[in-house]
Amino acid sequence: MLKPLLLNSKKNKLKFAVTVTLKKDVLDPQGKVVQQTLRNMGMITLKNLRQGKYFEVDVNEDNEETAKNKVDEMCKKLLVNLIIEDFTISKL
Amino acid sequence: MNSSVIVFPGSNCDRDIAVALEKLQFKNKMVWHKDTELPKSDLIVIPGGFSYGDYLRSGAIAGKSLILKEVIRASEKGCPILGVCNGFQILIETGLLKGTLLRNKNLKFLSKDVYLKILNIKNKFCNKYTLNQVIKLNIAHNEGNYFTNEEHLKKLEDLELIPFKYCNEKGVIDENNNPNGSLNNIAGIFNENKNILGMMPHPERMINKLFSGDDGINLFSSLMN
Repeated sequence: MLKPLLLNSKKNKLKFAVTVTLKKDVLDPQGKVVQQTLRNMGMITLKNLRQGKYFEVDVNEDNEETAKNKVDEMCKKLLVNLIIEDFTISKL
Repeated sequence: MNSSVIVFPGSNCDRDIAVALEKLQFKNKMVWHKDTELPKSDLIVIPGGFSYGDYLRSGAIAGKSLILKEVIRASEKGCPILGVCNGFQILIETGLLKGTLLRNKNLKFLSKDVYLKILNIKNKFCNKYTLNQVIKLNIAHNEGNYFTNEEHLKKLEDLELIPFKYCNEKGVIDENNNPNGSLNNIAGIFNENKNILGMMPHPERMINKLFSGDDGINLFSSLMN
């Protein structure tokens, strides 16, 4: 069997999850509508719902700290509008 | 005068801008977003539309495109840059203009004519208008609700970096005549050097009296000066 030839094969692929949500003070119209609809469907214990975006990011790095910093940079430079959005990064 | 209009996948006001510029005898070139060289330009226009289908956020992907690096370089040399509608959103995403454009306050896509009061004519874009003149332009956007922090807002007002605000037919600027919820009825802003203008209304749609009006033409003719 042929071994798959990988670029940067020495490095491990680290996987992260990035969640982006609107800041608390920014109106989230889509979240509000979904929340209202769920309540109308009988989910009366639903207290609050915010809608956001989710990214799965694979990075070719050995060091987890370095990889996480790269993802942080991706968030700050493109994925997130820091004026109105918050984000969290977690290791998968 | 040479002008360049940047075209992205999803731009849809690019040809209208070109028609307006050519009407005023600009020698215009359309520049594809993947190009890495800008033709010699005395004006660069980033048109409206839905660049990259508004993926991620309006203007976010276009703001990082190859040609934008050249646009930023030209802006640093003082070249006038006009961003209309999605073009304004792109200028914000590149960081050339500060603040952000939120969803319209009524959460609806707005397509209608609005009135604007000209508040600053000492600049390259508005010198053919008269101070406090009320003009009618068209808006068509979903994210035009301008927002920024208090410190920057004060700077915009103090340094006269707001060329026009939404108003009524008589020029009254108040919350009733604020179509999208923008702070202080802001319809467009300059950078500090006033060579970059981002605006939500579409001047290129009002260049002919036969088609609803020609209040937009002076914005392009100002740039000929």
